[in-house]
Amino acid sequence: MGANTMKLKLHVWRQESAGAKGGFVTYEADANAHMSFLEMLDVLNERLESSGQEPIAFDHDCREGICGTCGMVIDGRPHGPWERTTVCQLHMREYSDGDEIWIEPWRATAFPVVKDLVVDRTSFDRVLQAGGYISVNTGGAPDANAIPVRKDDAEDAMDAAACIGCGACVAACPNASAMLFTGAKIAHLNRLPQGQPERYRRALDMVLQMEAERFGSCTNHGACENACPKGISIDVIALLNRDWTAGARKAG
Amino acid sequence: MDLRSKIPSGPIETAWERHRFDMKLVNPANKRKYTVIVVGTGLAGGAAAATLGELGYNVLCFTYHDSARRAHSIAAQGGINAAKNYQGDGDSIWRLFYDTVKGGDFRSREANVHRLAEISVEIIDQCVAQGVPFAREYGGLLDNRSFGGAQVSRTFYARGQTGQQLLLGAYQALMRQVHAGSVKLFTEHDVLDVIIVDGAAKGIVTRNLRTGRIEPWMGDAVALGTGGYSNVFYLSTNAMKCNTTAIWRAHKRGAGFANPCFTQIHPTCIPVSGDYQSKLTLMSESLRNDGRIWVPASENETRPPGEIPEEERDYYLERMYPAFGNLVPRDLASRRAKDMCDQGRGVGETKLGVYLDFRDAIQRLGRDRIEERYGNLFEMYERITGENPYEVPMRIYPAPHYTMGGLWVDYHLMTTVPGLYAIGEANFSDHGANRLGASALMQGLADGYFILPYTIGDYIGSERPEPVSADHPEARRTVEEVEAHVARLVALDGKRTVDDIHRELGRLVWGNCGMSRNAADLRKAIERIPELREEFWENAAVVGSAGTLNQVLERAGRVADFLELGELMCRDALAREESCGGHFREEHQTPEGEAKRDDENFQHVTVWEHAGEGKAPIEHREPLSFEHVLPSQRSYK
Amino acid sequence: MSRVSALYGTSVGKKITMAVSGAIFVLFVLAHWFGNLKVFLGPDAFNHYAEGLREFGEPFLGRGWFLWAFRAGLIGALVVHVWSAWSLTRQSWAARGTKYKKTAPLNMDAASSTMRWGGVVLFLFVTYHILHLTTGTLHPDFVPGDAYHNFVAGFQSVPVSALYVLAMIALGLHLYHGTWSAFQTLGLDGPTALPIRRPLALAIALVVAGGNILFPVAVLTGFVS
Ligand SMILES: Cc1cc2nc3c(=O)[nH]c(=O)nc-3n(C[C@H](O)[C@H](O)[C@H](O)COP(=O)(O)OP(=O)(O)OC[C@H]3O[C@@H](n4cnc5c(N)ncnc54)[C@H](O)[C@@H]3O)c2cc1C
Ligand code: HEM
Ligand code: HEM
Ligand code: SF4
Ligand code: F3S
Ligand code: FES
Repeated sequence: MGANTMKLKLHVWRQESAGAKGGFVTYEADANAHMSFLEMLDVLNERLESSGQEPIAFDHDCREGICGTCGMVIDGRPHGPWERTTVCQLHMREYSDGDEIWIEPWRATAFPVVKDLVVDRTSFDRVLQAGGYISVNTGGAPDANAIPVRKDDAEDAMDAAACIGCGACVAACPNASAMLFTGAKIAHLNRLPQGQPERYRRALDMVLQMEAERFGSCTNHGACENACPKGISIDVIALLNRDWTAGARKAG
Repeated sequence: MDLRSKIPSGPIETAWERHRFDMKLVNPANKRKYTVIVVGTGLAGGAAAATLGELGYNVLCFTYHDSARRAHSIAAQGGINAAKNYQGDGDSIWRLFYDTVKGGDFRSREANVHRLAEISVEIIDQCVAQGVPFAREYGGLLDNRSFGGAQVSRTFYARGQTGQQLLLGAYQALMRQVHAGSVKLFTEHDVLDVIIVDGAAKGIVTRNLRTGRIEPWMGDAVALGTGGYSNVFYLSTNAMKCNTTAIWRAHKRGAGFANPCFTQIHPTCIPVSGDYQSKLTLMSESLRNDGRIWVPASENETRPPGEIPEEERDYYLERMYPAFGNLVPRDLASRRAKDMCDQGRGVGETKLGVYLDFRDAIQRLGRDRIEERYGNLFEMYERITGENPYEVPMRIYPAPHYTMGGLWVDYHLMTTVPGLYAIGEANFSDHGANRLGASALMQGLADGYFILPYTIGDYIGSERPEPVSADHPEARRTVEEVEAHVARLVALDGKRTVDDIHRELGRLVWGNCGMSRNAADLRKAIERIPELREEFWENAAVVGSAGTLNQVLERAGRVADFLELGELMCRDALAREESCGGHFREEHQTPEGEAKRDDENFQHVTVWEHAGEGKAPIEHREPLSFEHVLPSQRSYK
Repeated sequence: MSRVSALYGTSVGKKITMAVSGAIFVLFVLAHWFGNLKVFLGPDAFNHYAEGLREFGEPFLGRGWFLWAFRAGLIGALVVHVWSAWSLTRQSWAARGTKYKKTAPLNMDAASSTMRWGGVVLFLFVTYHILHLTTGTLHPDFVPGDAYHNFVAGFQSVPVSALYVLAMIALGLHLYHGTWSAFQTLGLDGPTALPIRRPLALAIALVVAGGNILFPVAVLTGFVS
């Protein structure tokens, strides 16, 4: 094990509460290569707690890369250095003794900091409320096999539906734009036959809400796609734009 | 304690249909006058809140997550069962019913299970209509796989993310109702107690996790869809925040707690790598369809797996259970793995693991087929362990995964407290002593979409509950008690971290009330846990204030409740002098080491009544009867 | 109607007007470059082309009408393009709030990250360019009507040529990302468009930048005199 252990220097953003002024605090942390990144922070936090100091607040839950709760910017990369990997799945074998690591929260006006590395992502929920669903009530649905769906359409829809709502796309985007997140939901539903009746309304309404939440405007950088732990492709943004345009034409 | 199950009389096939007709309805115009409180936005809670909103009730929905989409249901991988018989392989509602009762080792209610099997069919229709992208065949129809020991292909799946897709379906339905104004959603609200007025549930008390504000919410009925309590073991496959607080508080307010010792240990999880370990990761059971489980034949094996020749490998499940091989139910697969490691034949650094080998499957089907089936799981495994399962066999070990025990509920999903309902994993479920794979998602959605909305209507329609104000002395008292409890927690300024105490509790429960149990160990644990509880209340370190986001305080409250539940689990395990399903008592086994049920004396649900602080809980029993699936010794040989 | 304006008030709406105006620019610079190639055919051909721009449509249209209509179109496009660029840029700046202490290059190339400043450069260039070769205001030796002379004389000054070359590089970058980006913004990612988006953007960028750079170079090397 000895060979696996390491000492690290962490620069972590600490901020007491939403309004408060924050800043970086430097910590020495011990880790071993088998730990996950969050377990490294757990160990540091337990040390802080037992010495009566407030631990670093960071959000997480499943620690399996599926719930979308975790998220922090590590050395400028949302979710850290591993591609297609949430920070809860990042493991310390990536690092070596003496490394220095900068840890910051998502930065976006639509994601205000709640505390330390925890941000408020309810803006995503409101974007979804604007139209990210198919309007069917419980009961009385036709037999599941009544409408066949082309395997490719089902697969493409699934690719987009894999979004975990973590917000890394917004964190990575130089414009703090939510086009990848919004596009992913629109693509998931608009690629399926069930999604057709509300197809254009959905695109228009979700975009209007996206604006209201004060996300930025997409200039097609593609940084979001790069940071996305689920590999959502910016094709969903083209699809959003296409359906939006068609919808706008109908509305006019 | 009133334990009448309210099972409709008459033929089981039509019981639910007839009962639904007999139940009271609430006039649409009156529905919005009634407030239903739903706690939880998982499959059960999310589906229930959305459906009740659609029906026109005034719904208040609570979750401690920052978004309704984070509920732990999101993590379910393998799939959801339904008796659609799309594959024409002889499946039917009756077979699903039969398999589930048998799989549960005859410790569940026949009528409930049959209803579940019936509804399974509607669930798939509903989810597809919502746009859940289930896997499909080239013809455009839905694909199925066989799962967790089932001999028919009845499992619907969406890659390795079935739970995610089902939850997003329910979440989107919920968001639609929030948008429509029929559901008010409160995120980051931790439910810390249930308000009971004149014996009926009338509300809850929440703590706002961001502001620390403690406040009451009143309603005409309360439903808890708060999930399972596997985290009592500290290490489990459950999400870090999963806890027992809501149902435990309800229990202390009078709701009977059923079969707390019925916990499921999942055989295919990634082994522990060190004591800093925060949680265990499940590798979907579907892996057992193509992977072969083995350990070295000899104890002191040091060679890497690749160099161990065929004749020196022991494919022990295939050897012991020729008929089912690697697909035996979870409890068996887990216990056998433990035996192998106890015999010193475990693998990996810690020697607590067995191999799950895809070499033969890759040879047979080719790497691409395997990648298509399990690609994302293999990726996840490699991310965590740094080993490539296409080349080296996976290492797996059992881990706590699901809790069959929970709040006792009748056929209406109502607890022993009128107006208080429990749905999903939070209730003592239809899975008896052991849950079959892909059946929890089914049950959660059945409860939430198709059962609770009717049964709550019946309660409201027949009771016509009167609104109770938040100033009612009972509500006030409950709020004060919660405030006192939280104040006591933040005041803790000891030396030992909350997690460290939780870790010790986990070791205690895992060691003495885990995969196999015996009277002596259980008695030890029943003595030790109260001591640990005392240490917690004297020496725990809870830093920070109660007025802001304070994650230590959150965890402290949950651990405090686990420290009480853990003891009840051990008491329950001690009282049940038999082995059944996930509950294996070493004293009760066949010569071949299989679980030995005792149907004369234990064909019942054990329901515990809280007798007050420091008093031993009172045991009650709901007898079970089996008319359609006759109890037999499970044999998977 | 108000809904439509509300829709076009969104970033997606503005982006689409940008893409369209941008596309007009693309066509213009291509055509413009092509027309300018006439300088290689000698003074008469080039002047005749310049004259042609003005006489186009006579006698049905008055002299210069077409040109003015054409200018109006360009100016309109530029106004829309620049205005959208400006309001989107402000929206995006506001959307980030606190800056990151550390940043990593997540797939941003020189082109995509210089769209805004590159655009400003282009704006300044066009202004200068018109005062230089159209009105002659900033031209040391401007002969109205003799476009060929103005052209040659203009580029004989090394600093002026250098300035053009730099501007063309800015333009190349802007077009490289811009053209591709326009496809994306207009939702053109079908099976036919998808494979050609990048190559086409690259081609247009190289042709326009490279092609335009030929002119100052040709003059300085005396190839055109
Ligand atoms: C890794 C993993 C894989 C699984 N795979 C499968 C599978 O393939 N097939 C299958 O059928 N089953 C599977 N299961 C089991 C299944 O996922 C769960 O049993 C089921 O999702 C539980 O759903 P639920 O709605 O009852 O609870 P959850 O989904 O856990 O939801 C609980 C909700 O209650 C809220 N809550 C809890 N307590 C409080 C409180 N005090 N205050 C406020 N809110 C509260 C939470 O925020 C959450 O929203 C799996 C389980 C795990 C752990
Ligand atoms: C080295 C490259 C270029 C050369 C040699 C060139 C040459 C010229 C000439 C000779 C004219 C005057 C035509 C006349 O008035 O009869 C002109 C006008 C103009 N050029 Fe260019 N040009 C170049 C690049 C560009 C570029 C890149 C742009 C735009 C981004 C541009 C935009 C214009 C405009 C808007 C006019 C005014 C047209 C009008 O309304 O009269 N030019 N150019
Ligand atoms: C005259 C030559 C110009 C051409 C050929 C041109 C072309 C384009 C094109 C095609 C786009 C892509 C639109 C999209 O993304 O869908 C674009 C975007 C943009 N242009 Fe221009 N433009 C020109 C001038 C300008 C000017 C003068 C400005 C402003 C000062 C400007 C600023 C921008 C900005 C900020 C973008 C957004 C970046 C993006 O959308 O990717 N451009 N331009
Ligand atoms: S698109 Fe990707 S990065 Fe953005 S929220 Fe979804 S999963 Fe996260
Ligand atoms: S990075 Fe931002 S600019 Fe658009 S393509 Fe992604 S949202
Ligand atoms: S904690 Fe769930 S995705 Fe990271």
